[in-house]
Amino acid sequence: MPLEPLVAGRGLTKQFRDFTAVDGIDFTVEPGETFGFLGPNGAGKTTAMRMIGCVSPRSGGDLRVLGMDPEVDGARIRARLGVVPQQDTLDSDLTVWDNLVIYGRYFGLPRSVIKTRAKELLEFVQLTERRSSKVDPLSGGMKRRLTIARALINQPELILLDEPTTGLDPQARHLVWERLWQLKAQGVTQVLTTHYMDEAEQLCDRLVIMDRGRIVAEGSPRELIETHATREVVELRFDTAEARAAALPKVESLGVGVQRVEQVGDRILLYAPDGEKASDAAGAAGVSASAVLVRRASLEDVFLMLTGRTLED
Amino acid sequence: MADALRVFEREAVVFRRVWRGSIVSTVVTPILFLAGIGVGLGGLIDERSGAVDGLSYLDFVVPGLLAGSAMQLGAFSGLWSVMIGTTWGRYFHGMAATPITPGGVYGGYVLWVGVRAAGSASAFLLAAALVGGVPSWWGVLGVPIATLTALSFTAPITAFTAAQEHDQAFPVIVRLGIMPLFLFSATFFPLDQLPSWLRPLAWASPLWHGVELMRAATVGRLSYVGVGDAALHLAVLAAVIGAGWAVGVRTMTRKLAA
Repeated sequence: MPLEPLVAGRGLTKQFRDFTAVDGIDFTVEPGETFGFLGPNGAGKTTAMRMIGCVSPRSGGDLRVLGMDPEVDGARIRARLGVVPQQDTLDSDLTVWDNLVIYGRYFGLPRSVIKTRAKELLEFVQLTERRSSKVDPLSGGMKRRLTIARALINQPELILLDEPTTGLDPQARHLVWERLWQLKAQGVTQVLTTHYMDEAEQLCDRLVIMDRGRIVAEGSPRELIETHATREVVELRFDTAEARAAALPKVESLGVGVQRVEQVGDRILLYAPDGEKASDAAGAAGVSASAVLVRRASLEDVFLMLTGRTLED
Repeated sequence: MADALRVFEREAVVFRRVWRGSIVSTVVTPILFLAGIGVGLGGLIDERSGAVDGLSYLDFVVPGLLAGSAMQLGAFSGLWSVMIGTTWGRYFHGMAATPITPGGVYGGYVLWVGVRAAGSASAFLLAAALVGGVPSWWGVLGVPIATLTALSFTAPITAFTAAQEHDQAFPVIVRLGIMPLFLFSATFFPLDQLPSWLRPLAWASPLWHGVELMRAATVGRLSYVGVGDAALHLAVLAAVIGAGWAVGVRTMTRKLAA
């Protein structure tokens, strides 16, 4: 018997007055996978997560989480979820340790069970030495790790992470990623949102790309890049808008497999299976860019191809 | 209801750490009022006028101060500290991600304020009894009456705060609402000292109903208010708490689960 998906949305919609934040999305999250919502700010990712987390009622469509309907069994579903929200909700009146203990009590867990788990979890997120500290003096990375530990206190079957590394420095970010990989290795199902394409590539088995409340593409990072972008990208950077404008007609008919040309800020991007070849051809055609970079295509390019905009817009 | 108890537990754990600061405003300040106004000013008043409403001034003002302090504890607990949970510290949102419902967050918080009001009222009653301001053993009813009075402010004010984005309205509520009520709800002098057109304002406030009940309890004479009026006072307090609770569950739900 195939396992039932842990989360299944069909035509899932969220309307705030005259604004549609999530506009009829279909998706499923399978047991054990790490599933991502990738998209720019305002794409509807957080709203989708809040509906899955059973704190925001849907306006339309259907949603099942752990086989139940959030509208009917919200509290029962939440008892089996771990939530790492984008905006910190740690309890600043409590110490690191008490944040875990009291949060465990919210789930009705006995104190003895909570204490054993809290000790292990502090170890897991490397905060054992800060157990008596208040929350406010902790760095952003430590707070995020504490929030992750807190989300694990009820041994959830599904963890929801909303922008887990936004605002963290690269080192803190890697520490969070490592913990998430460890959880994945333990078989914990994760749903995360991000507007970082590298984070989606690093963490997600499968993801959907969201734009303006809709899902515009779905697949594994590799599939998405193969389907919607070319293997390589040539980035031509120009010092002036005139230089860029002069170069544009020259690169539009290069041949050598260039499938698409995009302008982003002061750059022109050439999408081609062989970047070196395309870059040489551009040089031969008399394009003089101030800098040329050949790189592999990423999810950022997929998003650009699908929407004509960058994730940072 | 089980989820409300867990919210209650969180507040109690925090209180264990901060109770010393808290009792200054909820116990020490009322006792200073008791000494200054009840004993000090009261002596002067009794010398000049003999009695207020048939009572020594100390006996008159003790129930006023007790109910008035309960109101202040209830009102203040519904303002900035609720804002910390909903907006500034957002720990209520953390609760709402667990099996606790927004109604449980509201209910647990309000119940906690009720228990604190009971504790503060007990301490104040003891102090008042020691200086001879509680002539009857019926005065122990002052504890539940103070609790109801506190809840009749905390329930609606917490409901209001849960619907706010910022604290702009709070100073107005305190200066134009809570302070005048504290002074003019038959707390320090009988209501008939007020111009007759002002009296209905006092009748409309839950505090006056709490004060009347409280005075009947501490002086130990139900006849002070009469059975019918006592029932009416209780009904008003219960209605304000019930209405505040109904609205509070809705505003808290809108705040935490929209």
